[in-house]
Amino acid sequence: MTGVWSAVLATSAGCYLLKFAGLTVPQRVLANARVRRFAELVPVALLAALSAVQTATSGQSFVFEPARLAGMAAAIVALLLRAPFLVVIVVAAAVAAAAHAAGLA
Amino acid sequence: MPVETVASTPVRARPLRDGVGLGLAVGVSGIAFGAAAVSSGLSTWQTCALSLFAFTGASQFALAGVIAGGGSLLAGTAGAILLGSRNTLYGLRLAGTLQPRGWRKPVAALGVIDETTAISLAQPDPASMRQGFWATFCCLYLTWNVSTLIGAIGAGRVGSPEAFGLDVVGPAAFLALIWPRLRTGKTERWVALAGVAIALGSATMLPAGVPVILAAVAALAGAMTAPGAAQPEGSA
Repeated sequence: MTGVWSAVLATSAGCYLLKFAGLTVPQRVLANARVRRFAELVPVALLAALSAVQTATSGQSFVFEPARLAGMAAAIVALLLRAPFLVVIVVAAAVAAAAHAAGLA
Repeated sequence: MPVETVASTPVRARPLRDGVGLGLAVGVSGIAFGAAAVSSGLSTWQTCALSLFAFTGASQFALAGVIAGGGSLLAGTAGAILLGSRNTLYGLRLAGTLQPRGWRKPVAALGVIDETTAISLAQPDPASMRQGFWATFCCLYLTWNVSTLIGAIGAGRVGSPEAFGLDVVGPAAFLALIWPRLRTGKTERWVALAGVAIALGSATMLPAGVPVILAAVAALAGAMTAPGAAQPEGSA
């Protein structure tokens, strides 16, 4: 159990220090146009990747979950229809829950 | 950006509404984390400690996932921290706008995560960006921690998160958050697609969490090939 606590505390400390480091790095790093552009594009690349990974994989293997895919498809349709953020989330969750209830585990 | 441009641009700045809305919507998925972590073998206190102090969902889920799978605690910790390294880049991006001083800096640091960055960067001017950051941070922090506790206590009683569609809340939120930037920027679309391709392409070969970090290569490629193509933020 102490091992798990060590992992919990090390993860907490590591994650916090990484956040703090970002706010502490000298601002002149961002004076370079390429660095600034990189910092702008990082969330786009990582969030897109995170979305795909959380939808289609579990651990190190691909998973096919029709209910989850249906929810994501609904989210994309809502986004194409320019629905507000919260509507997109609610629609995605509702469709996924309905598909799950319908047996599309 | 020039102040007069901001004043004359009919961009709707809704940092409070968007931030609080996102905080509530994503924060509720803390129930899923709380339930998953306790089911993985973490105690209620360990689960709550992660939400209070690590406060970055993907890393928290990653650690719980490794513990559930019986993986090594060291690898689990390394993976979770690696996954949190994107927050350094977010902090780099936000520092110039937030410019936190004194006690605000260590507090603001805790709030540098996907959601606060996305809401902040979607605002048209620095004041709205700061407002969006703090609104999202406060609301999400409270909701995430309360719902983590509820999930941890109620694990096994509330049924599966999938029954409520909670497993798509994260992925759908991440996509919705970058959508305005995908609509306005050609480079952004390519970077997003490349990021997805890199992450999915390496998912079966690398430890969970690493493929998402590797997707930063797509951002690097985008910055090297089209450094001057910056879009006015929040123009969507």
